[in-house]
Amino acid sequence: MLTVTINEQELRVNEDATVLEVARDSGIDIPTMCFLEGISAFGACRLCMVEVAGTSKLLPACATKVAEGMEIHTDTERLRSYRRMILELLFAEGNHVCAVCVTNGACELQDMAIDAGMDHVRYNYQYPERGVDLSHDLLGIDHNRCILCVRCVRTCDELEGAHVWDVAGRGKDSRVILGMDEAWGSVETCTSCQKCAYACPTGAIFFKGSSVSEMQHDPAKIRFLANARQNKEWLR
Amino acid sequence: MKQIVIDPVTRIEGHAKISIFLKDDGKVDHARFHVTEFRGFEKFCEGRPLWEMPGITARTCGICPVSHLLTSAKAGDAILSVKIPPTAAKLRRLMNLGQIIQSHTLSFFHLSAPDLLLGMDSDPVGRNVFGLMATDSELTRKGIRLRQFGQEIIEHLGGKKIHPSWTVPGGVREPLSEDSLKEILAKVPEARATITTALELFKKLLDDFPTEVASFGNFASLFMGLVTPDGMWEHYDGKLRFGDSDGKIVADQLKPDDYQSYIGEAVQSSSYLKSPYYRPYVDESSSEGKAEEAGIYRVGPLARLNICERMGTPLADEELREFRDRAGGIARSSFFYHYARLIEILASTERVENLLNDPDILHTRVRAEAGINQLEGVGVSEAPRGTLFHHYNVDENGLIEKVNLIIATGQNNLAMNRTVTQIAQEYIQSPEISEGMLNRVEAGIRAFDPCLSCSTHAVGQMPLHVQVLSSSGDILNETWRD
Repeated sequence: MLTVTINEQELRVNEDATVLEVARDSGIDIPTMCFLEGISAFGACRLCMVEVAGTSKLLPACATKVAEGMEIHTDTERLRSYRRMILELLFAEGNHVCAVCVTNGACELQDMAIDAGMDHVRYNYQYPERGVDLSHDLLGIDHNRCILCVRCVRTCDELEGAHVWDVAGRGKDSRVILGMDEAWGSVETCTSCQKCAYACPTGAIFFKGSSVSEMQHDPAKIRFLANARQNKEWLR
Repeated sequence: MKQIVIDPVTRIEGHAKISIFLKDDGKVDHARFHVTEFRGFEKFCEGRPLWEMPGITARTCGICPVSHLLTSAKAGDAILSVKIPPTAAKLRRLMNLGQIIQSHTLSFFHLSAPDLLLGMDSDPVGRNVFGLMATDSELTRKGIRLRQFGQEIIEHLGGKKIHPSWTVPGGVREPLSEDSLKEILAKVPEARATITTALELFKKLLDDFPTEVASFGNFASLFMGLVTPDGMWEHYDGKLRFGDSDGKIVADQLKPDDYQSYIGEAVQSSSYLKSPYYRPYVDESSSEGKAEEAGIYRVGPLARLNICERMGTPLADEELREFRDRAGGIARSSFFYHYARLIEILASTERVENLLNDPDILHTRVRAEAGINQLEGVGVSEAPRGTLFHHYNVDENGLIEKVNLIIATGQNNLAMNRTVTQIAQEYIQSPEISEGMLNRVEAGIRAFDPCLSCSTHAVGQMPLHVQVLSSSGDILNETWRD
């Protein structure tokens, strides 16, 4: 066991735990977007950054292991400022003018922006030209709403074992792709398990044929499936 | 030539201005109604999934989102090639009736009653719903509660009053609950009493406005709307009928799918609103401007009452007979839009009651499931302001490739231009213009209850800006109304 302090609160913690796990176990909330219980941590979104005494660098809570005597702050003015900036950049980068999320409320990006008090975006909207793929029988992907959290990529690879999803391109041209950058309906390795739709935090991956009020995501199902497989606990 | 600009036009839904052009002798040459807002729905819907269309297009308007929800879902039904379950069709009808009640009530009690009850020349500071409340609080309260009744029907069905995403291609998302049915049914008598009172009041007022009746868009035109196979008033389904001002049926039982063969759309450089016209009456090869004027038609409550054989419910049929007696047959004056609107509210309360007593109304099978079976679909229904068309082309996966929306207010564009010209010519004789005269020009537009955007405006906070301009553009006279 180790001793760390989070927001001046002294805690005894397991030595292989991450800062995020320790904080959440103690009831301290740290916002996350790309992190999803049940699949590996990735550290892509940078929303879970925390301040650690002794280093001027901000560290991602989801991918930083605790160490003896670590002094952590999770909710400082500097962190709030950066988190809001990250959210604004996410909104500016894609096309998040959705008629969908305001209606169904099932969008983690929207929820987080509300929590952060993001009432406007200070950066120029990029209005990228992105498409919608409805070629799959059951599911659709709207790249306009994708924030590249790659939950779908990790879920498909680690839980389903199909690795249908991946990322192509670099920088602002990065995008999630299916198979060998094919239309979803023609990717033979897709098992139509729908886990990617459960994992998606925005309206990017959705169940085809549902109206704007019917957007369903179920990130907790990913955690349940991972736990069920690992610990043989099949009751949810 | 001198020019008077009314910008913005107040107590309407949306943003518009009116220009009145004066000849050198100060007499009115002509007037123009400009819609100054640009929306772009037809363009930005391209590439979106079909199933999102009811939700997106409902955002066209905060007053009549239900009209877009229904019409969009009907276009979706056509693309899925489904016949929706009977209960779903009845529930959609119920919601449309709630929509007609709330929207018509807003138009009459909140927006136009201040002109009618307080007087066209009354002080503009109090000529609004708050002034009305100070003068006749009981009537105003009843009006607000009547609108609430319509809104609550929408809320019971769709979960919320504005922008309920409830209709879907194939039917509706949720059935009606027994509790909701009881709650709506319990409020029908009060709604019926309020609209009956309002109708009696309006009929008495008609005698006080002879000049307005004669000059508020009083001209011959075609009228268009949906009717049942036997020519009865219709608001959700049915086929289209064109009738003229002499009561002759010009075309009947036209298939909505073929609307492009009988409706053309002209574009004016002075407005973002297109000007639809009846194609068979227009020489489209003509190079002269304003050729579309020959195909002028009106839609909405006045048109629906003018073209139908009967309303289909006893109280409304009785009122329709009196309406025709007072109008001398077909009502040509746009002032009668108010009258027709009130009769439609009455008819809607009767139909709401009938639907709620229908044994099928609580059935829970309300949605048909299907994939993309057609690449094109047209949906039509009667919005409070008139016939609404949604026309979609999709690819084989259901992504929208092309959208054409023909909105009720657009179809009244030619008629509204003619109305403002007629009123200006009647009331404005020189560049020295009283506020009451300008208010009449605005009131002429209000009679059509145009819905120009998705926004509602706080009453009394939109200023009226009037400029009198010389032919060289110099401002000769300028006043502001706060």
